Amino acid sequence: MAEVTGTGRVKRGMAEMLKGGVIMDVVNAEQAKIAEDAGAVAVMALERVPADIRAQGGVARMSDPDMIEKIQASVSIPVMAKARIGHFVEAQVLQSLDVDYIDESEVLTPSDYENHIDKWNFTVPFVCGATNLGEALRRINEGAAMIRSKGEAGTGDVSNAMMHMRKIGGEIRRLSSLREDELYVAAKELQAPYALVKEVAETGKLPVVLFTAGGIATPADAALMMAMGADGVFIGSGIFKSGNPAQRAAACVKATTFWDDPKVVADASRGLGEAMVGINVADLPAPHRLSERGW
Amino acid sequence: MKVGVLALQGDFREHINSLIACGVDVVPVRRIQELNGVDALVIPGGESTTIAHLAQTFEIFDEIRNRIASGMPAYGSCAGMILLADHILDAAKDQKTFGGLDIVVRRNAFGRQVDSFEEDLEFKDGFPGLLKAVFIRAPWVEKVGEGIEVLATVKSHPVAVRSKTLFATSFHPELTGDHRIHQYFVDQVARPALKKVQ
Repeated sequence: MAEVTGTGRVKRGMAEMLKGGVIMDVVNAEQAKIAEDAGAVAVMALERVPADIRAQGGVARMSDPDMIEKIQASVSIPVMAKARIGHFVEAQVLQSLDVDYIDESEVLTPSDYENHIDKWNFTVPFVCGATNLGEALRRINEGAAMIRSKGEAGTGDVSNAMMHMRKIGGEIRRLSSLREDELYVAAKELQAPYALVKEVAETGKLPVVLFTAGGIATPADAALMMAMGADGVFIGSGIFKSGNPAQRAAACVKATTFWDDPKVVADASRGLGEAMVGINVADLPAPHRLSERGW
Repeated sequence: MKVGVLALQGDFREHINSLIACGVDVVPVRRIQELNGVDALVIPGGESTTIAHLAQTFEIFDEIRNRIASGMPAYGSCAGMILLADHILDAAKDQKTFGGLDIVVRRNAFGRQVDSFEEDLEFKDGFPGLLKAVFIRAPWVEKVGEGIEVLATVKSHPVAVRSKTLFATSFHPELTGDHRIHQYFVDQVARPALKKVQ
């Protein structure tokens, strides 16, 4: 009756516990406490929120271990941290710090433009971004235990997250409508393993939890993503780049639970003060679009 | 018998599916009106701080506490165990629970996510064979009060306990497709408790 750690069930199960919740980006212990008090299910510890990475430019990397440990010490909820795409040593470092989930994230500057991290080699679970079903299944094939649809992080513009949720949902619905003998070609077109394609076609959903991220700035944005079939939301710059973070954080938590009740979303939206100013994704030059990173 | 599953946050859908497989009427509960319509309540896995926060915000917290205190049968897994405990250790600041079970529970007692594990358990109360138990940042029971029966342990820490009307596990039976724990709650905890009330 020995205990076994790091199993698929334990990794994917951790994401199940986050469902219906909001995961918030924080850059220090004070923000982490505000997030926990507001009802966040987890925090993402990072040095700069995406809006600042975007404004300041330069190479964005894994956070300082000291800063991650301070955040871990300050809250009782799970603490996640980001590693660069393909940077398996950053991931090993984060695992050694006992973070609860690693986000192999396009918000940081990629370290490898061909390969992602082989996530099966880790005990800690990974979440990865995806813009479409094929990308999601390739990440799951590499061992991701949770997927988040990508949006355009650090903009406060939800249009990209919306597009990717529609795309992933649409591709899943299409698979469900195919004959079994058509799934081989579907797998080829999706550039994804046949076994996973068949599983999605049969169950009508991803085999792991699907959150959404990128550009979510208001309670209504969070509710919109839940209505599109997300299991929960990541909010990055949207909270701590706004006028009243504590209130906005709590409001987004409420709207995520009661996404299907416009009265609750309306109440949550009242008197929040200034939202993050935001950038229209259409105004971003292509090289600055983070969601296009990942392959 | 109608069983409610507290659906504020967490893996409530998995609990709903397990209960449907046990052949009972199940409804998600987010509001007082929904709570009023159920005979028993299941509190799912999730973040105990978030669930307590939402229950207070939407003013269902006191009502759940009162119903449990006046004998409504309830089952909690993981976060649900924390929420049913009278006392918790390593809690967030000002963290409240519904209470009802005279136990002391330590949050995240087995460690962080890298320490999460599966193990085949012996369940004391009449299951043939072992039970696949999934522990995720799981709590354990540090101390039990009078009238609390310990049904399973890991490294001598209780991970499944019950009183007359309440039942709690540190692990997540809703993730394994094995519905014996839910069936146990329905047949051995909830039905006998409700019979007595009538």
